[in-house]
Amino acid sequence: MSNESVTGVDDPVLVVDGLEKRFGGIVAVDGASFAIERGVITGLIGPNGAGKSTTFNCITGVYKPNGGTVTLDGTEITGKRPEWIANRGLVRTFQIARELPEMTVIENMMLGPQNQRGESLLQSVVPGLRRGVVAEEEGLRERAWETLELFEIDHLAHEKAGTLSGGQRKLLELARALLTDPEVLLLDEPMAGVNPSLEKKLIERIHELKEQGYTFLIVEHDMEVIMENCKRVIVMHQGDVLADGTPAEIESNERVIEAYLGGEV
Amino acid sequence: MSESNSERRTRLLRLGGFVAATYIGLFLIGFIGGLSLNEIFGQLISITMYAGVFGLLALALNLHWGYTGMFNIGIAGFMAIGVYTMVFLTASPDPVASPVAGLDLPILVGVLGGVIVAAIFGALLAIPTLRVRADYFAIITLGFSEIVRLFIQSDTLGEIEIGDQVYGTGAGRSVRYSNFRDLTDVVVQTFVPSAIFDTLGAVGLSDSLVRRLFYALVVLLFMLAVLWLLRRIARSPFGRVLKAIREDETAAQSLGKDTRAAKVTVFALGAGLMGLGGILWHGQGSFVEPDLFLPIYTFFIFIALIIGGSGSNLGAMVGGFVFAAFLWDGPRYLRTIVSENLDIDAPQTIYHAGAELLQFDVVPLISYLAESLDELRWIFIGIVLIVLMLRRPEGLYGDQEDIAAAVDLTERPPRGENNE
Repeated sequence: MSNESVTGVDDPVLVVDGLEKRFGGIVAVDGASFAIERGVITGLIGPNGAGKSTTFNCITGVYKPNGGTVTLDGTEITGKRPEWIANRGLVRTFQIARELPEMTVIENMMLGPQNQRGESLLQSVVPGLRRGVVAEEEGLRERAWETLELFEIDHLAHEKAGTLSGGQRKLLELARALLTDPEVLLLDEPMAGVNPSLEKKLIERIHELKEQGYTFLIVEHDMEVIMENCKRVIVMHQGDVLADGTPAEIESNERVIEAYLGGEV
Repeated sequence: MSESNSERRTRLLRLGGFVAATYIGLFLIGFIGGLSLNEIFGQLISITMYAGVFGLLALALNLHWGYTGMFNIGIAGFMAIGVYTMVFLTASPDPVASPVAGLDLPILVGVLGGVIVAAIFGALLAIPTLRVRADYFAIITLGFSEIVRLFIQSDTLGEIEIGDQVYGTGAGRSVRYSNFRDLTDVVVQTFVPSAIFDTLGAVGLSDSLVRRLFYALVVLLFMLAVLWLLRRIARSPFGRVLKAIREDETAAQSLGKDTRAAKVTVFALGAGLMGLGGILWHGQGSFVEPDLFLPIYTFFIFIALIIGGSGSNLGAMVGGFVFAAFLWDGPRYLRTIVSENLDIDAPQTIYHAGAELLQFDVVPLISYLAESLDELRWIFIGIVLIVLMLRRPEGLYGDQEDIAAAVDLTERPPRGENNE
């Protein structure tokens, strides 16, 4: 694993090296390599079919890659189970928000924290042990409420998540992901279907969290959002990384303009 | 979502009223119909017992389907495993008492063994099928239940000679076993003073009726124990993970939840409870045969849960009661009453009854319908389901789902650091 050669990034927290994913004869990701710097917001862009979502799915364990490695904080996580990866601090949201519709907002939130005692059947059921579960739940409940307040959706706490608007769902998903105590957050199109005022709020939150030390990798179609908020931008094209640099570098990169931006910028 | 206490009280009062009205109604019908007290109480006790059995099985199914979204249509298979394990563990080695020998262990060991073995089979079935989608999973469970039944029925396993004893499933034949009367007897002798028998005897109730009453109460106790267990699960982080699996398994995994472990655990637990349900169901009798575990019995449990409302424990129990009282035992009761009161031979077919009806004689039609109630109740069940799906697809209590947490989530921490 040659982190330095791949990355050119100081203090990389997530390193993807030569990632490959094939579906039958189609090569969706073809040797993509990049690194994500700790504590910054990195954007991942590319035209439809460039392999962004597949890359996300390979990193987070939803798909098993056919080749290459993914390393989180020095630990190789290639091909591990999604829950194992999430447990180690790499947590994602989905392009189409995957709130749990029949559960209330606060129930959704309570799912976030990792390694809860009460997730074991015995601990939850056996009389003596349950006391510990209840005590832990009291703490989790407090954190859940605080996070809901931070995201300004606490007034929706007892609504079923399925009744929320698209933007509110995105907020919920991010808030819930935050409760997992992640190190790296992968957001798949967080602004899709979000109205402008909520979008502003969402971006503010992301910046606040970045200041607290969280790392973000964001797939997004809205160029303005990416260029204004990311420190670095990775451009994918046909399953591989086409360019990797600051927003200014990307905007002036000839190959990017040709392949993706079509000369608009 | 959050129902106020007074609403809940009204709801429960109404439910209690409904149950009481059902019992009183059935009693009055029997009384007016001229049945003896023994017959009437025998029927009411039977309904109570079946309400407990169906309630318990519907609760177990609710754990699989209502909580976790695991579409298990192999309930009969797990019931069979539970019952046959108990038979093997408790049957007498004496060939006169039973066609196949058993280990002659105490009944409680048999019950526990049946539950555990059913749970083990549940886990064994769940592990390889974890990745399968819900509809395929359903087909697999159905196949599994039929495999179990056909295995039991097969000649190969019917009689196995070990030493000078013949063990086995008895193939298609009925197998007798030391039954729950043993347990009931123990309970009755220990806890029920003979004065009760005397008192009830003075009213004209037979000893066997009192025994059956206590068996029914034991079944109800088991059901309540299962309810306690399920409520605890529902209101816990484990239950939260189950709900998340039902809603979106990928999302649950991406939140770091080991959904596979949870699914295997919950499937094994539910399968064990289904084994228990089977044991209690057939424990009142004194024989078992493979035909008692046809897939149709699985669907009875589904009907009970759908009536009551999938996802709700209260619904599961209400569904069990409604199924027992109105669809399972009620029609038989009516038939007894009608045939006691109309001593005319029932016509052979509906056409004969119709012909009589043209001559303004309704009695033959009534007695024909009464005689055919066993068949007609399936039509009735179908109508009930159609009406229910049209008018109240979530079932009677489908909106009564527990909030999945061990603490009250409405309680907010005092607003401190968060200055607006």
